[in-house]
Amino acid sequence: MILAVASGKGGTGKTMVSDSLASVWQHPVLAVDLDVEEPNLGLFLRPEPVRDEAACLEVPVLDPARCNLCGACAQLCQFKAISLMGAQLLVFPDMCHGCGGCMRVCPQGAIQKGQRVLGRVETGLTASGIRCLTGRLRIGEAMSPPLIAKVRQHLRAMADEAALDVIIDAPPGVSCQAMMAVQDVNVILLVTEPTPFGLHDLRLAWQAFRSLGKPMTVVINRAGLGDEGVQSFCREMGLQVLMEIPFRREIAEHYARGGVLAEFDEEMRDLFTGLARKIAAMAGAGGHHA
Amino acid sequence: MILSSIRRIAITSEGPTLENAVDPRFGRAGGFVVVDLESMATSYVDNDSSQVLAQGAGIQAAENIANAGVQVLLTGQVGPKAWTALQATGVRVAQGIEPMTVGEAIARFKAGGFAFSDAPVR
Repeated sequence: MILAVASGKGGTGKTMVSDSLASVWQHPVLAVDLDVEEPNLGLFLRPEPVRDEAACLEVPVLDPARCNLCGACAQLCQFKAISLMGAQLLVFPDMCHGCGGCMRVCPQGAIQKGQRVLGRVETGLTASGIRCLTGRLRIGEAMSPPLIAKVRQHLRAMADEAALDVIIDAPPGVSCQAMMAVQDVNVILLVTEPTPFGLHDLRLAWQAFRSLGKPMTVVINRAGLGDEGVQSFCREMGLQVLMEIPFRREIAEHYARGGVLAEFDEEMRDLFTGLARKIAAMAGAGGHHA
Repeated sequence: MILSSIRRIAITSEGPTLENAVDPRFGRAGGFVVVDLESMATSYVDNDSSQVLAQGAGIQAAENIANAGVQVLLTGQVGPKAWTALQATGVRVAQGIEPMTVGEAIARFKAGGFAFSDAPVR
């Protein structure tokens, strides 16, 4: 079973819901932070590091001795990673998306494989046995999707190896990064807040993810704030609101100290245990990793 | 600077004429007015091919400049990658162009009012 915790709007409580669900999950679980530009799930789950490795993208390296300036590579590249300027072939590895096309079209074998470090892939284990996996984008790196793809490869390997359920803390928004995080999951949980901003971005997320045909459900954070717009939208679209987290100062303080909300008090633990059960039921009879 | 070796210059511009405003952007410039300094004949190089790119606009614009056969580029600022590309063409670059028309920029250039840059804007 793979669950993605997503939202249109940032700062609605994805990480808070993800870490709480992981902490009450009945089956052995892997908690994955796919928000590689600013991963923060580890701040709450506090895993002991297990592995930490570099993730790289294959980029072109020019062998000028072989290059005859035919320009086939520059013509093929859609990202201006290679440019033929007069009698010089220029390579900009930062621009490369790693398609490998230049290496294939070069008739001289003048383009060798090099590597650009995208970031790190880190795994860990918490004291209570939650396995953790995250990507961490290198500072200065502009492209997060290739790193997210690498983390997803690790995700599949780790989940298959130990028959783990998976909870993904997805990046905010509805761009490539978020779409990558919610594909191949069994359930998408949208965390929102009952404000016009929350509603606007919830609608965007619902529209973007709807095309995937996955079961979607909603958790409303900061309930009691704002207006009824989110509730009406969910009713209208047939989105079930599985849980509401009240807008309370003590909850914010607990979170700001790095606390897991499900460990705030017994009421919260029960709420999240109930939420976990409902999600597992939505994911299907077995509720286990497919 | 040796003005006699400079025959054609390009100015980043919002439009095709000497009356158009200069465009301080390089990679995403509307286009380039190319001026023959002797005859003062102008031509216009559209920069659409750069503007449609999601990335690499500066590098594409540098290719456009290289194909225009100019010795000098006047613009607002050139980024590091476009700078590397322009260096390969030997085109000399003057940055920091202020709001004015293309015609005014040319007059100022002829009067020695621009200094050539030796580094991109970072």
